[in-house]
Amino acid sequence: MLSMYPDQYAPVPGTVYGAVLNFHADLAGLAGQLHQPPYLAPPQAPVLYIKPANTWIADGGTITIPAAAAGTAGVQVAATIGLVIGTPASRVTEEKALEHVSALRVVNDITLPHESVYRPAIRQRCRDGFCPIGPAIPLAGPATFLANCRMRTLINGVLQHEWSTKELVRGPGRLLADVSEFMTLWPGDVLLLGTPRAAPLARAGDRVRVEAAGLNALENELVLCAKEVA
Amino acid sequence: MKRGRVAYSGGVHACTPHGDVRIRLEDGRVVEESAVVWLPPFEPRTVFAVGLNYADHASELKFARQKEPLIFLKGRGSLAGHRAQTRRPSDATSMHYECELAVVIGAVARSVPRNEALKYVAGYTVANDYAIRDYLENYYRPNLRSKNRDAATLLGPWLVDAADVPDPGALALRTRVNGRITQRGHTSDMIFSVPLLIEYLSEFMTLAPGDVILTGTPAGVVNLNPGDVVITEIDGIGSLVGYIAGDAKYHVVTGKA
Repeated sequence: MLSMYPDQYAPVPGTVYGAVLNFHADLAGLAGQLHQPPYLAPPQAPVLYIKPANTWIADGGTITIPAAAAGTAGVQVAATIGLVIGTPASRVTEEKALEHVSALRVVNDITLPHESVYRPAIRQRCRDGFCPIGPAIPLAGPATFLANCRMRTLINGVLQHEWSTKELVRGPGRLLADVSEFMTLWPGDVLLLGTPRAAPLARAGDRVRVEAAGLNALENELVLCAKEVA
Repeated sequence: MKRGRVAYSGGVHACTPHGDVRIRLEDGRVVEESAVVWLPPFEPRTVFAVGLNYADHASELKFARQKEPLIFLKGRGSLAGHRAQTRRPSDATSMHYECELAVVIGAVARSVPRNEALKYVAGYTVANDYAIRDYLENYYRPNLRSKNRDAATLLGPWLVDAADVPDPGALALRTRVNGRITQRGHTSDMIFSVPLLIEYLSEFMTLAPGDVILTGTPAGVVNLNPGDVVITEIDGIGSLVGYIAGDAKYHVVTGKA
């Protein structure tokens, strides 16, 4: 189906889920708050969000950002990997989990900065074009190499951020297993490994390039919302 | 007009009501409504849900009135149709239903003002958005483990054309558990009305046909047990039946304790 960007739309034959607070550094950074209101206790299950259809945009597509994010605040951008489900995954073990993954998709997971993770950040994460997503790259076998690989985010050609899957609280197999404990992932669904809270900020006019696990790259330009310029 | 989708005799069919207990398939066959498998009555795209959208339910859960709509999303796997069986895990102590008016978008909507909003609605159906409160955590709450479980969001049985629902803010709704009314409410009591919700969402994201907004539930939620029959109904829209299954029935051989 269409979006604001009929020429730039990237179809996904399923639901795109992502994990937040999946970095040791993020949990450590919140350590003083996790036992305080509103959180009261550290997270037990994976903390997930959904990137809905209006956010999907192809490599090269232009992303409109609101005026409020055009100045000093900007939008957070970061490379991540999406596990593409090939066979239904329900209550799978960590050891078997990656056998359900048939392909990988490189993703630039974009969000307006938000400090609180108490309520779902729909207005921040689910704006049109906020999920540049590459084509599904088929896997020959279980993607065990994901246990140790790097994601890079470049803004205007300059490397601004890099992270390794070794920094994850739940690596790909563990994450998929723990998610499948309470919901079945279906062929075509995508499970994003997460992005760190320290993801870099980009602004209108910037070109953002993400590279993941040496697979391929996506490059998208940010522009100011025309309505708000006027 | 009311339209449904069912699986019957090896295929998926569109259908319309035919009396109280039968339906008519698009090819003219008339069958008992209990002889088909009901699917959500349209192909859902993005599924939005609104939390705490009735003041009485918010106070029931000890929350203050929301200043901005509390929106969360659902994945495809959470959806099921009329007469679906939903699992109640054996370790859960609090599982409840939520009877909600579901608003189905029929046209691309971007920055739509409230006074134009209803023009973008294709129709309405009934939702029962189960929650397992034991699994709530205070991160992106309500979290997916509590609210996005397999077959825990029922939609149906019918998609009722918007033309047949002049005011979505003037509908009585109720829930019956095993025949006893446990929840009563009225869509006029929503904190954020249907037009306001469409205005709010379309301000920052483009809505498109098949998007559906579950508009929240009023006070009166009670715990459910295996074997319970839950009927969520909205006047003029439909009666949606759900069945609660315990692990012993759901998993003949359980995978986990």
